[in-house]
Amino acid sequence: MADTDQSVRPRRAGVPVSRRVLPGFGLSLGVTLFFISLVLLLPISGLVIHTAGMGWEKFWFVVTDPRVVASYKVTVLAALAASLFNCVFGLLMAWVLVRYEFPGKRLLDAIMDLPFALPTAVAGITLATLFSENGWYGRFLAEFGIEVAYTPLGIVVAMAFTSVPFVVRTVQPVLEELPPEDEEAAVSLGASDWTVFRRILFPVLWPALVTGGGLSFARSLGEYGAVVFIAGNSPYVSEVISLMIFVRLEEYDFAAASAIASVVMGASLLLLLAINVWQGRYLKRLHGGRG
Amino acid sequence: MSSKPHRVGDGPVIRRTLIGLAVVLTVLFLFMPLVVIFTQALAQGWAGYIGNILDEYTLHAIGLTLFVALLTVPLNTVFGVFLAWLVTRFSFPGRRLLATLIDIPFAVSPVVAGLLYLLLYGSNGWAGQWLGQYDVELMFAWPGIVMVTVFVTCPFVARELIPLMQQQGRDEEEAAVVLGASGWQLFRRVTLPNIRWALLYGVILTNARAVGEFGAVSVVSGSIRGETNTLPLHVELLYQDQNIVGAFTAASLLAGIALITLAVKTIAEWRQSRV
Amino acid sequence: MTIEIDGINKSFGQFQALRDIDLTIPDGQLTALLGPSGSGKTTLLRSIAGLENPDRGRILFSGEDVTGLHVRERRVGFVFQHYALFRHMTVSENVAFGLKVLPRRERPSKREIRRRVHELLEMVQLDHLAGRYPAQLSGGQKQRIALARAMARRPEILLLDEPFGALDAKVRKELRRWLRSLHDELHFTSVFVTHDQEEALELSDQVVVMRQGGVEQVDSPLALYSQPESRFVFNFLGQVNALPGAISGGVLRQGDAWVRLPESCDDDDAELYLRPHEVRLTQEPSRDAHLPFRIEAINVIGAEVRVELRPDGWESQELWEVGITHSAFNARQPKRGDRCYAVPDVGHLFCDHLSEPKTLSWYEAAG
Repeated sequence: MADTDQSVRPRRAGVPVSRRVLPGFGLSLGVTLFFISLVLLLPISGLVIHTAGMGWEKFWFVVTDPRVVASYKVTVLAALAASLFNCVFGLLMAWVLVRYEFPGKRLLDAIMDLPFALPTAVAGITLATLFSENGWYGRFLAEFGIEVAYTPLGIVVAMAFTSVPFVVRTVQPVLEELPPEDEEAAVSLGASDWTVFRRILFPVLWPALVTGGGLSFARSLGEYGAVVFIAGNSPYVSEVISLMIFVRLEEYDFAAASAIASVVMGASLLLLLAINVWQGRYLKRLHGGRG
Repeated sequence: MSSKPHRVGDGPVIRRTLIGLAVVLTVLFLFMPLVVIFTQALAQGWAGYIGNILDEYTLHAIGLTLFVALLTVPLNTVFGVFLAWLVTRFSFPGRRLLATLIDIPFAVSPVVAGLLYLLLYGSNGWAGQWLGQYDVELMFAWPGIVMVTVFVTCPFVARELIPLMQQQGRDEEEAAVVLGASGWQLFRRVTLPNIRWALLYGVILTNARAVGEFGAVSVVSGSIRGETNTLPLHVELLYQDQNIVGAFTAASLLAGIALITLAVKTIAEWRQSRV
Repeated sequence: MTIEIDGINKSFGQFQALRDIDLTIPDGQLTALLGPSGSGKTTLLRSIAGLENPDRGRILFSGEDVTGLHVRERRVGFVFQHYALFRHMTVSENVAFGLKVLPRRERPSKREIRRRVHELLEMVQLDHLAGRYPAQLSGGQKQRIALARAMARRPEILLLDEPFGALDAKVRKELRRWLRSLHDELHFTSVFVTHDQEEALELSDQVVVMRQGGVEQVDSPLALYSQPESRFVFNFLGQVNALPGAISGGVLRQGDAWVRLPESCDDDDAELYLRPHEVRLTQEPSRDAHLPFRIEAINVIGAEVRVELRPDGWESQELWEVGITHSAFNARQPKRGDRCYAVPDVGHLFCDHLSEPKTLSWYEAAG
């Protein structure tokens, strides 16, 4: 509040007047820091302290348990597959939604956000129903010998579903802002459509594609609600990390749960940081080093 | 409409193929799940559907879920507005760090989020032990559910507002200050009209996520029927009881909220673009 | 390469951007497309390039019909208004782009490409910036790079859309001279779009004045300025002093103002247009003209003193403006509010019953 008052108070000799033109710096800083400390930082520090207290040897033993390691593999591979699918699907959707006009486009655009708005548990039981042996898709796929529900493939489907919007919504604005002149310039210099896409459009799009894919990957790593219903959850085959944490909790093994959780959280935070740093660097170059 | 013949991919063959592919994939992947939810929910007809909703435990779950949302949404809205104001209207050391911190709940698995609170406020955690001396139990009760829901949904309002307010810049607010507006007048009469549609969508999205949070809540709730069972947890219980129609009935309520959210988003985006 | 435009029409929905354009752009000359915004000049330029497809009509390069030819095959150089440099490529990659995308059998070797890029960058005097990204360049530098990129494939036609529009006044002037000399040296056929009449008059061999999707007049800069064919062209190319009135018995009259016409004219409503330098200021009316004014403002602008005049006892839509020399100003010391008279030397009479204006001279009459 002090800052708010200062900015309107007339200048007095010797008293530095706030250089901030707009009011509310002190108040908003206070509220924000209080909230972030209480809601985010305090619980996270709790996990760090808890994990640090258990000693290195025990920590290592817990996080390298073969069943846990198997769950890392399943999770990372499935998340990778899901985000790759989303890169392709997201690019296609963003392209179609930005470049073309057709009836029903508004609806298509709106439904892209469904996975964000739909509770994960609902997505989970729905996908499980669709892809189970008796489900509409499951029956069809069974004819080709493909099983999705209760297999690692089911995990991929669930992860892909819940992270659809990431790529679409990061690529879409970039595509919208591309000036038509860039393409026209390239074409007037004799480039074919494919060359223009590859050398003019794609270099501008791919940072957004990587960012969207990265976010989708990060989200998939932690996905729980949608996955547990369709995964089958058999040890060593189709257990994801989030489920492992849950399993340990149900065994009242808090130490193991927090050890695994700290690995997961460390990985996701690193990923988040990497995406931010990388994106910042790329933008810097395009905007002439002014960031 | 004039055609712009020299943009890449405007040839009729490519155009039709891509649109066709996009529509088919979207229908299969996003639209059909919605159809499944409602056909399953209505498998026993409308009477059965209403009956399932009026089930004692379902009603309780609806009540608890709304109660949690009622506490969470205003809290996160206020926080989101303050944060967005702070990072878009002032420059100070640590501004970017703050903007990154707020993304943490996005990146953290909901199960981990629940665990964080359980470790701190559970009967073994130091805050939990301290509160225990006064007979205050937060975990496995509604306060715990509210706390983790606040954690999981706190980025949404700020994430909607920050890019918009960044792009709008602070010229208008500075003009208002020059004209003598106070802080509150400034926000209410200049800022709010410019951001209201994005804010509305942020609030609605926060609500949808608060209502639908599953992983974090299932860690701290204990899922006691008629007590700490929220609607998504209730969906899980019914599904595991092999009460498929009941599960999808509860799910259809949540899907309805999701559809309303999408509708609000579409309207809000359209209106925001005309601000 | 001569460019012929034969009956081009183009509409965007309800809006007709080009209507029945017939035009010949001579080989090796620098032609300006001049007009206010919305006059269709950019659409015409883009149609020549093949970036816009006309609804009707033909475009010929040296007699060969290129209407159906894709922009890719027309081989014109096009410089975009905001340069459209590729942000993710360095300056030299930008310039090399047109060569790198040539079909394999036509594509020069890597060494040859490097040599050509070097040559082009030297031509635009920016060889030292080869490794920079567009975001690190000034507006004038971007403009030159865009030009170098457009010329990489040695086009015989160079098209420029508002080439100096986004630059500040000083850089603009420099670049204008530089482009002129480059053109004189290399002799391609150039067409550029501008809304700045001064730029069009200074830079080009031929000016095409456009209005509402049609061609209003095509002429050399000098002819355009001294013999405009319509009121629109007259108005668009610089300051105009107008006396609207009615002719009766060889005298154009309105209120207290009258001018005796040196040639016989039929009685009609008419308007006399005069450029600021075609009028003298005196303290007494002359035998041929009685145009009373009050001095409204005196502006010293560089080498000239510009006097703004408010008609006294008659009306015109806008104030008159007359330029006098500093010595005349010092000799007479006019002040704001002084009464004075204008005496025409040369004027352009637009009679309502005639389509073409009549250029009048009072020199012989006076002499």
